[in-house]
Amino acid sequence: MNGDMGAFFSLSILFIVLLAMTALYCILMSRNLIRILIGLELLTKGVTLLIAVAGYVTGRMAVAQTFVITIIVVEVVVIAVAAGIVIGVHRHNHDLDATRLDNLRG
Amino acid sequence: MTLDMTNMVLLMALLAAGVWTVMTSDLLRSAIGLAVTSVILTLLLFQLGGPMAAVFELSVCAGLITVVFISTISLTKPKTVEVRQAYKLRRLTRFAFLPLILILVGYYVSTSHVRLDQKVLPLPASVDVRYALWALRRLDLVGQILIILAGIFGVVVLFKTKNDGEEEKK
Repeated sequence: MNGDMGAFFSLSILFIVLLAMTALYCILMSRNLIRILIGLELLTKGVTLLIAVAGYVTGRMAVAQTFVITIIVVEVVVIAVAAGIVIGVHRHNHDLDATRLDNLRG
Repeated sequence: MTLDMTNMVLLMALLAAGVWTVMTSDLLRSAIGLAVTSVILTLLLFQLGGPMAAVFELSVCAGLITVVFISTISLTKPKTVEVRQAYKLRRLTRFAFLPLILILVGYYVSTSHVRLDQKVLPLPASVDVRYALWALRRLDLVGQILIILAGIFGVVVLFKTKNDGEEEKK
């Protein structure tokens, strides 16, 4: 890895870590279920970028692209099912507060 | 091309869009912010030489997922203005620390001198994306199909009402 490529990789890692931190903060501090999903999406964006940067730096962008496509498919399915669960929770509780999801407690 | 101005601007814009998505109090704006983040990620993927992944990101993440989010938000909107105002105030107090945390983590990561220029593993040489997808990673496609089917069944089960089952019995 030459110096210019190494600098780009380091800079990308810095921004990916910050994006992941933002997403984790959103997931941990939010109580709204939709916002938690948005945080999950942001975290996935960070992972996507990490794989793409790794593929670019190692010169194996083709394999990295297949991983990115797989991640996107998984992401869509997770969001679709989670959105269905959110709508179901809202119908049942008339609220999206994650702290009030205590119906199964005990 | 590696460390030019475009890449740096795109990385900064990606983080800025992500922070705005998290910090904004309106859920609809948050969903739009997520779409903007996806568009910026698409541009980055194009820059890095991954056009196929970029097209997937643009059409699926910036398009389809945004539609799913906006539909969910419109179906679950808080009813009164008072509820929304109280929610905004609570959010503001909880998310005020995010910029500070980002500055601290950014400073730590940029000054920690972590060695990232590791040796590249001796994997096969770079191949065409079509070959990689259909030959090298064929099992991933089977997994993707199974995941999509699981998602379809999940959504069908979630939106199935009690009346559907009773009508089937009759």
